[in-house]
Amino acid sequence: MDIELNEMMETIRMIQLENLDIRTVTMGISLYDCADSNFDQMNQKVYDKITSYAGQLKEVAETVEKEYGIPIINKRISITPIAEILGNATKEQAIELAKTLDSAAVTLGVDFIGGYSALVHKGITKGDQTLLDALPEALSETERVCSSISVASTRSGINMDAVGKVGTIIKEAAERTKDENGLACAKLVVFCNPVEDNPFMAGAFHGSGEGEVVLNVGVSGPGVVLNALKKHPDADLGEVSDVIKKTAFKITRAGELIGREVAKRLGVPFGIMDLSLAPTNAQNDSVAEILEEIGLERVGTHGTIAALALMNDAVKKGGAMASSYVGGLSGAFIPVSEDNGMIQGITDQSLTLPKLEAMTCVCSVGLDMIALTGDVTASTLSALIADEAAIGMINKKTTAVRVIPVPGKKEGDMVEFGGLLGRAPVMGVNDFNSDKLVSRGGRIPAPLQALIN
Amino acid sequence: MENKRAVVSVVGKDQVGIIANVTTILSNNNINILDISQTILQDFFTMMMIVDVQEVGNLDKLQGEFDELSNDLGLKINIQLEEIFKAMHRV
Repeated sequence: MDIELNEMMETIRMIQLENLDIRTVTMGISLYDCADSNFDQMNQKVYDKITSYAGQLKEVAETVEKEYGIPIINKRISITPIAEILGNATKEQAIELAKTLDSAAVTLGVDFIGGYSALVHKGITKGDQTLLDALPEALSETERVCSSISVASTRSGINMDAVGKVGTIIKEAAERTKDENGLACAKLVVFCNPVEDNPFMAGAFHGSGEGEVVLNVGVSGPGVVLNALKKHPDADLGEVSDVIKKTAFKITRAGELIGREVAKRLGVPFGIMDLSLAPTNAQNDSVAEILEEIGLERVGTHGTIAALALMNDAVKKGGAMASSYVGGLSGAFIPVSEDNGMIQGITDQSLTLPKLEAMTCVCSVGLDMIALTGDVTASTLSALIADEAAIGMINKKTTAVRVIPVPGKKEGDMVEFGGLLGRAPVMGVNDFNSDKLVSRGGRIPAPLQALIN
Repeated sequence: MENKRAVVSVVGKDQVGIIANVTTILSNNNINILDISQTILQDFFTMMMIVDVQEVGNLDKLQGEFDELSNDLGLKINIQLEEIFKAMHRV
């Protein structure tokens, strides 16, 4: 027999007991050819293109899932940043386009469509401005549309005018969905150095360097890594890294196989594999618990960043060896509301907002799914975003902010977002304001790190 | 395309007739068994079979029949294409 019995058992155990899954297959679709000076025609073209290109996505993914016996949790769509095709459209038309995207997602049976986005890290075009104006309404009146705004990059610096606007947008989006704990904000990511081929929501969009259509795959598996580590309680940290690396390698190989198979059957090119340890609220599917298994009493305590750095790096090394096209964000996500261990860390007062900020220096993304007090001001949100963007800009990495200022909630309250988005303890922010920094506006110049030619 | 092979895995409490029941389903569907490997660990029965599914259109119907048997015997039976195991354990 080619494959040993114990190897088969290992695979089956990973899938059935340790939540190994393909987290998402995301089809990226270019919408540039839908641009039209006649809005109604553009609207129709966008709907038609998305529903025809992705018409078979769900069905094919479900067939592959059954044949290989490995679950594909989400089937999703990412599209060209909408601001780039808006042209002279009005704010009302931009909102209508969001609703069109929403109905395309419903038609296709996909839970999220990402790319209601604008790239404004250096400047804001007419279309960008329209999208930003439409954003609070668009996010609160649709269910499945996700948005991302790029406000900074290592090569261009931080566009503080955009950062200032985004703070206001987040506040307004929260206010418009106050009956749902500010849910609209869970669908908005603010980026520094975003990647063009990220398959994970809410930050997925189909970048301008991408082709007509592509299939990107996101694989996860914190539970698998956790269980692998539990078998080596006395290993030194070099060996811990090795265990994570080997596990990541196996997970990535499974993901690449499935991704290529889905792409082949759909007749679209395979893009990239994104190996990201993305936690869910399922039992033992927590990134925080991996850090605790490495040796922390509770996530957030001293040593958390060292453990996270080790893990993030080992995941990348394993993934890079297993796939020729590793891309996206690849590493470890540290969302709060989607990770039972993170939630525990906060309620036990071990994990704090400043520590989370520090952790984003070494994780794959940034401040993710964090509930803040309802009275946080727009300028404080902007300043929080500016800090995170600065970390990304200087360290030449992607950072992101997805925070929800929950209307009417105080520090220590627990809020439910439902479904995949989970629940989160509300965190307080620094009481001192940063109004002047934000109101100065302008652009923080690109750092020396940008001058690499 | 080379041979299309699948792995049938059976895990659960040991009891009389597991192999007979599983192989009956396979033979009713005209599926040839290429290899069998089986072990018992502390009353825990584990069996893997490699079967030839070249002629089988989709595995849905088979998995359906295995699901029924799983419920009757209190076992976990899965059929999945072999490539997933190769991808994870062979470079």
